[in-house]
Amino acid sequence: MMHRTTGSDLHSPHEVTVGRIHSEDPRISARNVDVYYGQKHAIHHVSLDIGRNEVIAFIGPSGCGKSTFLRCINRMNDTIAGCRVTGTISLDGKMIYDEDMDVVPLRAQIGMVFQKPNPFPKSIYENVAYGLRIHGLASSKGQTEEIVETSLRRAGLWEEVKDSLHHPGTSLSGGQQQRLCIARTIAVNPEVILMDEPCSALDPIATARIEQLIDELREDYTIVIVTHSMQQAARVSQRTAYFHMGKLIEVGETGQIFTNPSHQLTEDYITGRFG
Amino acid sequence: MNNNQQTIERVKAGLQRRRASEKRFRLYGQVSIMTGLLALLILLVSIVSAGYGGFFQTMLVLDVRLDAEVIDPAGQRERDVLLQADYGLLLKQSLYGMFPEVTDRQEKRQLSAFISSGATQSLRDVVLEDPGLVGQTVHIEVEAGSAVDAVYRGDVDRNATQSDRSVNDRQLQWIDHLLDEKRVLQRFNRHFFTSGDSRNPEQAGILGAMAGSFFTIVVTVFLALPVGIAAAIYLEEFSPHNRWTDFIEVNINNLAAVPSIVYGLLGLAVFINFFEMPRSSPMVGGLVLALMTLPVVIIASRSALKSVPPSIREAAFGIGASKVQMVFHHVMPLAMPGMMTGAIIGLARALGESAPLLMIGMVAFIVDVPGSAMDPSTVLPVQIYLWADSPERGFVRLTSAAILVLLGFLICMNGMAVYLRKRFEKRW
Amino acid sequence: MARVDAGQLCLLRVEFMSKSTLLLLLLLLCMATYVMGRNAAARLSQVRGQKLNSLPGYYGYYVALWCGLPSLALVVFWGAIESHVITSMVVAGLPEAIRTLPADHLGLVVNEIRNAVGHERDAVAEAAVLDAARRYAELQQISAYGLALFVALASGLGSWHAMAAIHTGLRARTRVEGAVTLMLMACSTIAIFTTIGILLSVLFESMRFFQAVRPDEFLFGLKWSPQMAIRPDQVGSTGGFGAVPLFAGTFLISAVAMAVAVPIGLMSAIYLAEYATPQQRAIGKPLLEILAGIPTVVYGFFAALTVAPYLRHLGEMAGLSVSSESALAAGLVMGIMIIPFVSSLSDDFINAVPQSLRDGAYALGATQSETIRQVVIPAALPGIVGGVLLAISRAIGETMIVVMAAGLSAHLTINPLESVTTVTTQIVTLLVGDQEFNSPKTLAAFALGLMLFLATLTLNIIALRVVRKYREQYE
Repeated sequence: MMHRTTGSDLHSPHEVTVGRIHSEDPRISARNVDVYYGQKHAIHHVSLDIGRNEVIAFIGPSGCGKSTFLRCINRMNDTIAGCRVTGTISLDGKMIYDEDMDVVPLRAQIGMVFQKPNPFPKSIYENVAYGLRIHGLASSKGQTEEIVETSLRRAGLWEEVKDSLHHPGTSLSGGQQQRLCIARTIAVNPEVILMDEPCSALDPIATARIEQLIDELREDYTIVIVTHSMQQAARVSQRTAYFHMGKLIEVGETGQIFTNPSHQLTEDYITGRFG
Repeated sequence: MNNNQQTIERVKAGLQRRRASEKRFRLYGQVSIMTGLLALLILLVSIVSAGYGGFFQTMLVLDVRLDAEVIDPAGQRERDVLLQADYGLLLKQSLYGMFPEVTDRQEKRQLSAFISSGATQSLRDVVLEDPGLVGQTVHIEVEAGSAVDAVYRGDVDRNATQSDRSVNDRQLQWIDHLLDEKRVLQRFNRHFFTSGDSRNPEQAGILGAMAGSFFTIVVTVFLALPVGIAAAIYLEEFSPHNRWTDFIEVNINNLAAVPSIVYGLLGLAVFINFFEMPRSSPMVGGLVLALMTLPVVIIASRSALKSVPPSIREAAFGIGASKVQMVFHHVMPLAMPGMMTGAIIGLARALGESAPLLMIGMVAFIVDVPGSAMDPSTVLPVQIYLWADSPERGFVRLTSAAILVLLGFLICMNGMAVYLRKRFEKRW
Repeated sequence: MARVDAGQLCLLRVEFMSKSTLLLLLLLLCMATYVMGRNAAARLSQVRGQKLNSLPGYYGYYVALWCGLPSLALVVFWGAIESHVITSMVVAGLPEAIRTLPADHLGLVVNEIRNAVGHERDAVAEAAVLDAARRYAELQQISAYGLALFVALASGLGSWHAMAAIHTGLRARTRVEGAVTLMLMACSTIAIFTTIGILLSVLFESMRFFQAVRPDEFLFGLKWSPQMAIRPDQVGSTGGFGAVPLFAGTFLISAVAMAVAVPIGLMSAIYLAEYATPQQRAIGKPLLEILAGIPTVVYGFFAALTVAPYLRHLGEMAGLSVSSESALAAGLVMGIMIIPFVSSLSDDFINAVPQSLRDGAYALGATQSETIRQVVIPAALPGIVGGVLLAISRAIGETMIVVMAAGLSAHLTINPLESVTTVTTQIVTLLVGDQEFNSPKTLAAFALGLMLFLATLTLNIIALRVVRKYREQYE
């Protein structure tokens, strides 16, 4: 017989997340993270490990804080005025919110793909080569071309665009644009890729391509994906974390979360009672 | 893994350079803003420091014996006689009295130049006010001439050789004597606000130009505001979307960017040469400025109308209002503050405009204060232009002072626009 | 004789006063007919118990419109042609010897007549002129009375017609609203008439100019000296109307201005939009925009009084000869004036670049300046280019600064330390002061105006198109 916490526990200040937040080989580990937007308390005391080469999905209803937490991991929240983060997040043991932590190499290590495809208004080639250029990662033109090709191949876009590398990135279809953004991200060779609802603006066929791509990328990268679709979480992730009203309610193996959730709220969400 | 480590190394290697370039870029931005603000500061400081003195006037304190023999030998104290009397002589006599050693004709003339030509009028006014003073000695402040003024304000370089300055050694000596006796002082320059233009800086004022500006702006307001708002309402609320309205729109956007001097050419060719309206009149000036301001008013009014949410329109239609009723009862009142803000900003620009008015002859030297929109007149910015052309030091001061007055008006208008925007700002 | 003229001066005033008095009376009449119409309609519904089609007020407006509009049209129409009609009648009454004078000369006589109407002191004029002036004044008086009579007739007939039309079935609201819509539409066409007016006025006079001076000579000639070209017996054909030095001077000063305004304006906009805290922005932006609100005559004064002498002084120290009317001084000050124009337009366009693009660059690890230089600015570039084109158009059309701070004599040079003259300066110089309207010297101003209008029109159209396209891209 499982113990089930009830909804009323939500309001206790030091509520513990249900499930195992730890990981044997953590790449990222967050402890007691709180996020405020001005007066608004957006994330309450979240602690979570993200392991090497795993795909973890963040699910939850709109406004539950899953995207906010995701953006904490590569400090994208820095660009939002009035945003304050407390607690600790570390990448391979290094505190990313330390004073002397430089966000530039951090973001080179933790790439991000956004909800809406956002290719730069440049050519396809330039989009992928951009990260290489700013970080000085390629030592020759030939090497740049090589990395661009590999990245596009890995993103499954090469065959479609190899003859139009110098067309603007914005001329591609939505799904292609999103794969271009993924290629742009992996060209920098990050360790972690954050994906913020990468398929929400795409049609089902394009979505399937991206999901397949995520599965392939798992071999080399740690992937954190925020998704609105439970089916998608079930398809691509090994672990799933459920957020509700700024709190991490439950985390566990994806199979377990979707078949046998421990928390009442998780179950309500999974079974479609709200969300 | 190894690969990752390599990447990080490479990224770190370039970091210092990139941070430095970041700092440089940021600095460029700060320097740019500072340059802009510094230019503003220099401009304002140079004008305020030059113009501050324009609000004051150098006066000479004299004891004038109002000799009855000179003023009114008949003793009837008739107004006509008092008006005609030779007050200049009295003033000169008073001045000569202070310097008994001056006897030479030429020197006497140099000395009498210490009194401004406006001073006789001041003395006459005193006598006319109280004819009982005739025969007595009055202690009176009169306008000083340009030599005294220049020395008092320190415009004259005492160390320069005599031929290099406008005041010679003798005059300087006399002025020093007057200064020692505390007979030179500064007063508020009342002429500046109560007279029209003059060839003498001591007597020139901006009343005529202000009146001209007033009539011009009144004409502009009455033409540009109703027509502009009506046009905006038609284009935003009534017009069908077709080539014709597109054409109108292109025209309006274009007119907003046409150089103002071209409007002056239009005014000259159409209003003055074709319709034969009076040259130099605020009526024509107002017409030209109205045409110039119209696009600004239309564009601002349209954006104010656009910001009224469609739900208001639907609500009005929902209770059976006609389109005209919807617009005039609901949309227009809500858009009014926005329209007024735009209109005031446009009018402020019209008030400071001078180039097109040069074309239609509002640049003449006009002493009389205009009494209607049909009288020849000039406007404040053109008066500034006219005075700026005069080489005399006194006019430089007046120019700057007039600029300060103009800027004062503009600040008031823009302040009003900001207030309106803040007061009625609505977030839908 | 002087006494008669004084009387005529009064007449002149009466004439002008009467038109505004007439309009005022008309307004009062409209109010009265509004009340009449409304009451008539109200009586229909109250006394006879019939149901009105519209509210009684609309019947009032209906009558008032019928009363006011035709009369207003009459006043405006007559006001536009009155002076022409009277002049031609007076000219027809002149003695044979004067009437057959050549057109220019006759124009002078007409001016003289008009001046005699205005000024009683001008008793020195010929007897024929004074007679004509008296006749002129008489005709003005007749015209004023006649107009008043016709207005009374028109408004009376109009209101009578409208009053007679009032019955319960009259769709007064629809009629009134139709009239209102029509008036609104008429107002919106004024923009077109203004453009046409500008085009016609500069075109017409330019054509007359090009009859005296060949267009190729004007466009490609290198010598500009309009003062010397005119002699009474020979109409402008000595080649003094080559406008190239003016175009070059305008270009030089505008180039200096843009060299100041574009980098400073753009960098200020970038700093304010991307780096500044909200407080800094709230202070910096309006302060910079003060520069845009300062009248150009003030800038001109600043350039002539402060900047030019300072530059000259600097040049002396550096061993350079700087003209006291140097292109540099005028261009520098014009650049300062244009800074806020460039910065506020750029600011708009930079803010219109979607945040997602910035996020994309940041997420790759780009620094802020890399994001701005390589992503934000390229994305905003079309808009910024459009803004810069508008700024150029403003620079070449700017008048007061160059009139006050640039030179008058035309030098063909690219040295900004020398004095050059510009198109706008020459327009002002040619048209200010005494002018004979038919001399090529005066007409040249219109030809220059035509060039100026065409140049700015082209720039504006390109710029507006670019900007519009850019806006559509992100909307």
